[in-house]
Amino acid sequence: MTRTFKIFAKELRDYFVSPIAYIVICIFLLITGWFFFSTFFIYNQANLRTFFTLLPVVFSFVIPAVTMRLFAEELHSGSYEMLLTLPVKLSDVVVGKFLAGAAFASLMLVPTLSYAVSISFIGDLDWGPVAGGYLGAVLLGAAYSAVGVFASSLTRNQIVAFITGMVICFSLTLFDKIAIFFPAAIVGVFTQIAAGYHFENISKGILDTRDVLYFFSVIFVFLYGAHLVMQEKR
Amino acid sequence: MIHVEKLTKFYGSFCAVDQIDLDVSRGEITGLLGPNGAGKTTTLRMLTGYLAPTSGTIRINDLSIDDDALAVKKLIGYLPESAPLYHNMLVYDYLDYVAGIRGMQSRRKAERIHELADLCGLSGIMHKTVGELSKGLKQRVGLAHAMMEDPQILILDEPTSGLDPNQIVEIRDIIRRIGREKTVILSTHILSEAEAACDRIVIIDKGRIAADGSTESLKQGSGGEHTIHLSLLGADFEEASRAIGAIDGVSRVERVEGANVDELRLRIFAGGPDRLREKIYACVKATDWIMVELTQEGKSLEKIFRDLTREV
Repeated sequence: MTRTFKIFAKELRDYFVSPIAYIVICIFLLITGWFFFSTFFIYNQANLRTFFTLLPVVFSFVIPAVTMRLFAEELHSGSYEMLLTLPVKLSDVVVGKFLAGAAFASLMLVPTLSYAVSISFIGDLDWGPVAGGYLGAVLLGAAYSAVGVFASSLTRNQIVAFITGMVICFSLTLFDKIAIFFPAAIVGVFTQIAAGYHFENISKGILDTRDVLYFFSVIFVFLYGAHLVMQEKR
Repeated sequence: MIHVEKLTKFYGSFCAVDQIDLDVSRGEITGLLGPNGAGKTTTLRMLTGYLAPTSGTIRINDLSIDDDALAVKKLIGYLPESAPLYHNMLVYDYLDYVAGIRGMQSRRKAERIHELADLCGLSGIMHKTVGELSKGLKQRVGLAHAMMEDPQILILDEPTSGLDPNQIVEIRDIIRRIGREKTVILSTHILSEAEAACDRIVIIDKGRIAADGSTESLKQGSGGEHTIHLSLLGADFEEASRAIGAIDGVSRVERVEGANVDELRLRIFAGGPDRLREKIYACVKATDWIMVELTQEGKSLEKIFRDLTREV
């Protein structure tokens, strides 16, 4: 537990001692802010729905960019060898790195709380869906971080890790949107494995255990995958 | 302390380490010596638990490296080749992080980091970023990393590669100092290094152990031809080579061209029987030549190494 925490703390701090964190946060806020407020006054509704509709797509490329270095950089520089020959378990490393990515994704959402606050001043904001939306966003960020950790474990090249992660995240986001192209028999399955679908449910303010369980399953599956990949490298 | 049995590692179909048996006892400095690609690094990586062996067993202090991986890793301090540290961290932060992962309490941590700073000569660079350091300094930080929890076993992969001669001597001194109490295994392809730093040398070639023993026993045990250097004053080559060539056991006498014209320098190749130097001395004594040098050249480690690892 201490070891996981030490690795988590080190990885999270690494983001903030280099410019990456600030650049990524800026890009994230610029994109979400612009897309959200450019239509906000046209709809003339006091809610964050457009913001949350957009979030899975933005996360699909922002989070893999955040997590791409977690394993790839260490494999490339060889520091992974020093880390793994310390008295740590592989699971400590995988979980520690994942938590750092997930925490970063959550921290990225903090400045967007100002959208909710400012809207509540100019209109009658229903806080229920907002709270649901943020809970969903944290879960979504964590799930995509797990995908990113997995992608990063596959290669020592950060660009490859980024693209792999992005492809998986985009697929998870869009599966339910492109369901009409699939035969009716498997549409249900594709909808169920789509992160976008489960995120939409939560962001409406409906807290269903199935949706929460879905995100935890995604996290588990991809972290376990990363563990297997790193185990196989021995 | 370390017991290795039939250790084998395949990368795909390439056999990097082939059925190595090795026993290392406490307080020994063992040098793994071999040409590039002989399997030294792979062997060390398996000993530290970084790589999993294809087959064979490793037991450290009677603990299995598979079942008690954490306990074994706690006993070992490891410095990989060229010390791949985190470049963006400060030296102090890095050592603090390592101590933290090793589960040291905060007071003990600060104490230990100061001890290591003195031992490895890091006091002046604690506030620098690891990425800014020269290779020698990085290597010393790496050593501090390896020695953090005062491990019983220290495994160093080419600890002096790429360092300048002064740094090599420094690192070697540190290793010697640690080696008095700890078990040290280091790999190198520099012979003089193994000779200077190690009590025992294991020569590895193509994944197999080619020779194993102390430096002395390796030199003597190999037997065969050896060379004697002899310098004479007031002697003539024809005469001297005839007289010495007649001694039983001498196979060949050769002149060494030297700068000094008065001095006749000879290289004598001898087949084997000992006490040869006494006979040469007696032979020279019977004449009025003046002997200024008589030394026996042991078979050098370099020659042993080349003989053992030469491509056939």
